[in-house]
Amino acid sequence: MESEKFQVDLGNLMAFDPAHHFESIPSSREELTKACLEKGTELVQAIANVLFALPSTEDRDGPIVRLPQPTTKLPREKHFPKPKPPTKWELFAKTKGIKPRKKGKRAFDEQTGAWKRLHGYDRVNDDKDIPIIEAKLTDEPGEDPFSKRKAEKKKRVEKQEKNRLGNLKQAAKAGALPSHIQLAATALPITGTRTDVPRKSSKEELENVAGMAATATASGGKFDRKLSGEKPLKHAGKHRKFLPVVEGKGMSSQEQKQTAKILEQLMSRSSNDILDVKKAVTIFNVKKEKKRKMEKDRERSSTASKLKPKKQSLKKSSKKH
Amino acid sequence: MLKIKTPKTQRAKRALDNRAPKIVENAKKTLILHGTKTSGVVNAVLMQIYHMKRDNAVKYTKKNENIRPFESGGETSLEFFSLKTDCSLFVFGSHSKKRPNNLVLGRMFDHHIYDLVEVGVDNFKSTETFGYDKKLTPRIGSKPFFAFIGEGFESVEELKQLKEVLLDLFRGEVVENLNLAGIDHVFVCTAVSPTTVFFTHCALRLKKSGTLVPRMELVEVGPSMDLVIRRHRLPNDSVKKEATKTTSDQPKKKIKNVSSDIVQGKIGRIYIPDQKAGSIPLSNDIKGLKRERREAKKSKRAQETGENEAKKQKTCSDDHKLIGN
Repeated sequence: MESEKFQVDLGNLMAFDPAHHFESIPSSREELTKACLEKGTELVQAIANVLFALPSTEDRDGPIVRLPQPTTKLPREKHFPKPKPPTKWELFAKTKGIKPRKKGKRAFDEQTGAWKRLHGYDRVNDDKDIPIIEAKLTDEPGEDPFSKRKAEKKKRVEKQEKNRLGNLKQAAKAGALPSHIQLAATALPITGTRTDVPRKSSKEELENVAGMAATATASGGKFDRKLSGEKPLKHAGKHRKFLPVVEGKGMSSQEQKQTAKILEQLMSRSSNDILDVKKAVTIFNVKKEKKRKMEKDRERSSTASKLKPKKQSLKKSSKKH
Repeated sequence: MLKIKTPKTQRAKRALDNRAPKIVENAKKTLILHGTKTSGVVNAVLMQIYHMKRDNAVKYTKKNENIRPFESGGETSLEFFSLKTDCSLFVFGSHSKKRPNNLVLGRMFDHHIYDLVEVGVDNFKSTETFGYDKKLTPRIGSKPFFAFIGEGFESVEELKQLKEVLLDLFRGEVVENLNLAGIDHVFVCTAVSPTTVFFTHCALRLKKSGTLVPRMELVEVGPSMDLVIRRHRLPNDSVKKEATKTTSDQPKKKIKNVSSDIVQGKIGRIYIPDQKAGSIPLSNDIKGLKRERREAKKSKRAQETGENEAKKQKTCSDDHKLIGN
């Protein structure tokens, strides 16, 4: 009995007998269970022997032993946390050799002459507490110094938020975003712009790329035998998203910008021919047609027409004066 | 444009931090669900596994028809559930003509499928059918023993994987301190053939023996079944390397008051509380006190005798005076 060496993993309370093999599979179920239980008892006794030999401390519930680390390597459930890349300030501090200073919990406020906390309600150096700001020679007469202070503070806060977002984006790029923070895109990227949203290539993306690569064959990937689970190309043919033609509520400015940019480029290139002859001709024809129509209507209703005011067309002509 | 989303309450922040990747991880949670068609046996098995792992398992009751773990497109739902419930182990039961009483045991790494083992359940006997002394019922959450018998667990690839998966599934939390009075139950797995494993769950009875080590007695309690290996999927090499990585240096536990010097070696600092030497009351039998007392007595006696003598002399002198005149 003692000669059989079992592999005992004490951290997992496991014993493994590699040397046992069933010479003949037991005929009935009871015999099988009996044999297994016997063998199991042996193994468990072996573990218990080692376990009870460990030094134990007495507790009110029973003796407590310290288990060693488990020896069987089981895979982790998540990856190791990646180290955060240093923030902009940390890099700067390192190059300059600035060490962090220890601040006390309270500071003395000169304005009110009391010890106040550093941040939050009733804090030190609050803008509310300043009753008088003395005018300097450099001040302009119409300016309100109090609102100027407020505006400066707002700018500082915005700058800090921008820096914080930049640091988080860097961390997200390195895969080390803090677990309680998520970066969410608030708007869709327009064609031609870079996307700032940090993306790891997800499974769907890879599947789409596989579909795209399949179209590189001579027949566009139509007759290739697909693997099970491979998805066909999503946007067959279309690879860009354009702004809609009809102006929505928030999109008009972007479309205007886009078209204005293109127009500017065109204008700067060919500044000789500004007039679009075709367009001018069509507008003239349309105007003529409308005039004819209106005169016809006036002939029909001739009595009131003379007293009616002449309708001025509000349309602008394309001709530049 | 990006927006920073942070949790609004500290409780939510703590919950998110709990689910984040850590150096020392939480105990793995199990997700138990089933496919479109299940049999009575599969339902019973899933229920029993759930009862055994009550604290760290989640059981879904709906049918999931689009989950096919072995097909490349059929795992997305599983991965989504794993992400939402933070479960890295799953047990998926199903039943079909081709694969009757089917169980797929799987593990996840970073909420993506790591490896899978598909087993068929034969000769299932549930806990109710075993008659035993109710006092021996193993308690939920107690750390189980494992006994693996058979050379198949070392030589056959699928059985090796099954051994790992069963260990992962049933071992519970990895603890440092174990209460020896709380040893309850054992899982016995025997490799009957290269494709079947006889799996059973027994309660442990510790009997008095002559030595410090009690004698172990196994009483069959829980479900017992034959697991027939069907399909399996091993993890990718790169993912496997990533998942089995360990930090060589143990996380820096600060040991206070110990420093090391190149010349003197390891130096420790001891802080002694203030010994108020002045205010300790003196006891009555100190040698010095005795001597003091003795000498005090002596000097007193000497004084007295001196006085007597002085008195005597005085009287004597008086007498002399009388006589003289």
